[in-house]
Amino acid sequence: MEQLSITSNDDVVIVRQKVRAHAIDLGLSLVDQTKVVTAASELARNTLVHAGGGQACIEVVQNGMRRGLRLVFSDNGPGISDLDLALTDGWSSGGGLGLGLSGSRRLVDEFTLDSDPGRGTVVTVTKWTR
Amino acid sequence: MTVQESSSRRRIEDLMRENEDRLVDRWVEISNAPLRGRVVDSDVRRELRDLLRALLRSSESPDGGADLRGLLADLSRTRARQGFTPGETALAVFTLKEAVYELVEADGGEEVLHGYISLSRTIDELGLYTFEAYTAAREKIIADQTEQLLELSTPVVKLWDGIVAVPLVGTLDSARTQVVMEKLLQTLVDTGSEYAVIDITGVPAVDTQVAQHLLKTVMAARLMGAHCIISGIRPQIAHTIVTLGIEFGDIVTKATLADALAFALRQSGVEVVNRRRTRVSVRAEEA
Repeated sequence: MEQLSITSNDDVVIVRQKVRAHAIDLGLSLVDQTKVVTAASELARNTLVHAGGGQACIEVVQNGMRRGLRLVFSDNGPGISDLDLALTDGWSSGGGLGLGLSGSRRLVDEFTLDSDPGRGTVVTVTKWTR
Repeated sequence: MTVQESSSRRRIEDLMRENEDRLVDRWVEISNAPLRGRVVDSDVRRELRDLLRALLRSSESPDGGADLRGLLADLSRTRARQGFTPGETALAVFTLKEAVYELVEADGGEEVLHGYISLSRTIDELGLYTFEAYTAAREKIIADQTEQLLELSTPVVKLWDGIVAVPLVGTLDSARTQVVMEKLLQTLVDTGSEYAVIDITGVPAVDTQVAQHLLKTVMAARLMGAHCIISGIRPQIAHTIVTLGIEFGDIVTKATLADALAFALRQSGVEVVNRRRTRVSVRAEEA
């Protein structure tokens, strides 16, 4: 398990590199590697843009025969008041394309979003080996 | 410094002054031993002699310390550039203690020994100072390199008359995009090119931010009347872009830079023909 703090754009790059290294270790296919790295990039940047920074936790998990990479992104930012709206394609509060959160959900196998306005946000994603 | 301390300090400094040549010889010898021929003896000799003289001068005049610090900063800077570790750099200063101690031992006087303790404290401070100066020099080098990299990593190359290309390598953040866009637009004007190929073979991951930056660059080039082609889209990147839901709309995208060049050539009416078709048949015969 690896804990990383996200406070600047450089940290987003570091998170991406660490996730890629873990994905390669785990033996994910090139396509899955790229998908999970891209999801990590989106989610890490979200904590930076919307909450001014946060934490990333990278962990290898096991489910029977399958192994997977679990990433947890947490922050103490303003939180998300309307989860459905936040997960709508093309909706953005930060001037982006509005595909980061919804797209990340499609890039990984499991996706949970836990947020309360004023309390912060925790996004947990998992990508399993095939 | 008490009166007694300063008098014993003067005593040891006199001793050092009297034996300057011997002291410098020994100092050079000791400090160069762990560096194993990575430095030129005569250079180090000159450096250390200047340092020693500045050190002895520094206690005579109130602003003598500035001179000494300047010399130390120079030493740290050159060593940082030559690739020495901060430990090796600081060692050049700390080894003076060993060289002086030999003098103290030979003298044997108690006052000199007291002076040695005071001197030793000063040398510690100087050693730490080289450490700080070394770090500052390193940080300066890194900052310079980052800037150079930003410049170097975004070349705009001419592929053909009227076709320019930007091979992007690494992470595409806002700062990079700004540089790329400016350079591309300027090159389009300077060369009067009609086609611009943006090659992302060297970009490890395309997320929404990278995509947005790419789209902006393409839009800007289009506003100037150029046609833009994005090339170097590898299978895994294509997968990711589709899953993310990014739409490149009517922007022409190609798998390789070669495809993009062929497309641009065809569009601008240039025909590429194979001059020696016979080659193909020769190979077939061999096989």
